[in-house]
Amino acid sequence: MKIEGYNAGEHYDEMFTPQGEIRPHYEEFFQSLKKIPNRKMNHLQFSANQTQRAMGMTFNVYHDNQGLEKILHLDIVPRIIPNQEWKHLEAGLKQRTYALNLFLQDIYNDRKILKDKIIPEELILGSKDYLKPCIGLTPPKGIWCHITGTDLIKNKDGEYYILEDNLRCPSGVSYMLESREIIKRAYPNLFNKKGVMPVSDYPAKLLRMLQNLCNKAKPVVGVLTPGIYNSAYYEHSYLALQMGVELVNGVDLIVQDKRVFMQTTQGLQQIDVLYRRIDDVFLDPLAFRPDSLLGVPGLFEAYKAGNIALANAPGTGVADDKAVYAYVPKIIKYYLDEDPILNNVPTYLCREEKDRKYVLEHIGELVVKETNAAGGYGMLIGPKASKEEHNKFRELIKNNPTNYIAQPTLSLSTVPTLTEEGLGARHVDLRPYILYGSEIEVIPGALTRVALREGSLVVNSSQGGGSKDTWVLYN
Amino acid sequence: MLSRVANHIYWLGRYLERAENYARFIDVNFNLMQDLPVDLKEQWQPLVAATGDWELFTSRYQEFEKNQVLFFLAFDLDNPNSMFSAISRARENARIIRENLSKETWEKTNQLYMMMQEGCEKKVWKKPDPRPFFEKIKNQILLIYGIADSSVARVEGWYFRQLGQFLERADKTSRILDVKYHILLPSGQDIGSPLDFLHWMALLKSVTGFNTYRRAYGNIDPSNVVEFLVLNKYFPRSIYYCLKEAEYCLHHISGNLDGGFKNPAEKAIGELRSHLEFAEVSEIIDFGLHEYLDNLQIKLNKLSELIDSTYFRLRDNFISQNQDQ
Repeated sequence: MKIEGYNAGEHYDEMFTPQGEIRPHYEEFFQSLKKIPNRKMNHLQFSANQTQRAMGMTFNVYHDNQGLEKILHLDIVPRIIPNQEWKHLEAGLKQRTYALNLFLQDIYNDRKILKDKIIPEELILGSKDYLKPCIGLTPPKGIWCHITGTDLIKNKDGEYYILEDNLRCPSGVSYMLESREIIKRAYPNLFNKKGVMPVSDYPAKLLRMLQNLCNKAKPVVGVLTPGIYNSAYYEHSYLALQMGVELVNGVDLIVQDKRVFMQTTQGLQQIDVLYRRIDDVFLDPLAFRPDSLLGVPGLFEAYKAGNIALANAPGTGVADDKAVYAYVPKIIKYYLDEDPILNNVPTYLCREEKDRKYVLEHIGELVVKETNAAGGYGMLIGPKASKEEHNKFRELIKNNPTNYIAQPTLSLSTVPTLTEEGLGARHVDLRPYILYGSEIEVIPGALTRVALREGSLVVNSSQGGGSKDTWVLYN
Repeated sequence: MLSRVANHIYWLGRYLERAENYARFIDVNFNLMQDLPVDLKEQWQPLVAATGDWELFTSRYQEFEKNQVLFFLAFDLDNPNSMFSAISRARENARIIRENLSKETWEKTNQLYMMMQEGCEKKVWKKPDPRPFFEKIKNQILLIYGIADSSVARVEGWYFRQLGQFLERADKTSRILDVKYHILLPSGQDIGSPLDFLHWMALLKSVTGFNTYRRAYGNIDPSNVVEFLVLNKYFPRSIYYCLKEAEYCLHHISGNLDGGFKNPAEKAIGELRSHLEFAEVSEIIDFGLHEYLDNLQIKLNKLSELIDSTYFRLRDNFISQNQDQ
């Protein structure tokens, strides 16, 4: 594969130093890559695409009327993370998950952090994601966020920054697992030589974590999905298959005497733990949104009675709000009396007058985000936007300041990616997965999302993003 | 097993069987056209008649032209019974319950769907000889059956798929026989003529029964063909055989292995099966084949409803919750 002409520009490239030298953890892979002819490389990419199609590894796109199922492009050049760097990430993610969990338990119970005025009370109690029905609740074993998928980026300074804590129903883990299988086939001789840590035991760990939430000897576990039209349906069925548990829809479940039952061909069967992939407010039309057709009437009552465990616990959404994000360093300090290991991106809250003034004046340099939007929607990238767009967002902010935050434009690191013109530098982010069972565990791998368009910083699958296999090295 | 899942598996079985029947049926009849005497016009009409979509076809097309008929039967997604429709639904059902299928079964079913898509893009129905395509589709479905046969555990899911498959097959055999028999019979004076022979052969081949019939009965004789396709105890596409297998499935699903019946579906199928088991072909002919088959279809439909109400119907969880409180 031709490497000459590869240029990452001013960004941090994960394979090459600014002087054009190979970083040590890429050395071996680079030597193999050099020997693979361009044609062979394109062929490997072609067969990877074919495999994905054959497996039906698809996601559904909202806001899109050209056909329902799409393939998330998997680039065959992996992203490699040396072990030392991973150790640092791991420690930081554990710390953060631990603190956010204590935070959730506190704000739904004693509210000490609010009473101590570390966080403005109305930011939490006034949030639409603060679920009143959860007040006074302690979920089984005191765990709120069982599965977390944190988004990070690597900035120009070579440091990782947390971008978002996804504490609700983070998706993408099936891509981490299936991509690894496909990439293993592409480079059959490289894996053990290189010492890549395996991720394939994730479903087993997930199942153990879920079973851990119930004290029965053999708890019945299920994955609750909104159904086949949900964008992540493939993942829901994949995880159910890999764990060997039932994939249930709301209509399959029925609540009687505050117990949850599955409707089976042999009558009703009780279910004990649900890995639910339905948003909080759709879980139970009796407790939350009455118009929800996806949920199970009475589910929340059963949950409160301790007869069903839900992962993640309802109510976690309040802690991954983009405005609360700004306070996470303080949250870590407050509960653990530790300095945060991983960086937060400096965040301006438009709800605060001083911050808002700064944002309106410097909108051309900032990234503006809606606090409650996901998937890269409702976002302004200042330096790339036109004057009209700047003005449009200024108006939006003035009309509804609490709905917006702003951050300095970060430079996302680049990783070599196969393009039509050979290898090109493309921007990536990183989503590792964290399980909170009897202890907190960070899975040694991640979903790396890559912006396939040259220069683009938007990595979301719904907007032209692809993925990469992520190799965490043993050494 | 979840009732909803059982329902999808059952329909997966039905749609795959339907698609396979169509693929073979089109293939065989295309073959038949090649053998017709030059002075006889190609007959695409009976093909449409045998599938039971006569009305839909005539409402949309003026004449029975080869390309149109092939498109309608194989690729037309607006025809709910076309091969493509059946395969799309088979795949949709499989996608919904993928966690209950082996990886191979899902991937081959998905591939089957993609083959159909490709055939559509390549406009196979316009090709001078589309047979290789139908052959490929048929083989792909047989491959799915083969994978299932050697890898699926004989538990509920297996029996629900088989149940769907055999009930669909019973239905298809009875339809083909009904239509073909009536097209063929009026030419009574031609019995034994080469043309007549070709048609009967095509009918038997449409259900992959030609060689088996030959071995069992020898010469072509209409009442023997009826006996073979309705009552034969060993031919896996005879209506009796399909019902016997479907009954076996139902009993394994409920765990009732001591005979008799445990639910209304078992009662209905037991009655129907034993009726055929002790029937003679002369009784069927005397009763009138068409009327007999018509009756049978009504009973098969009734049976499907009973299976649905016994196993698949879900209780509305909202109502049940409200009553509970």
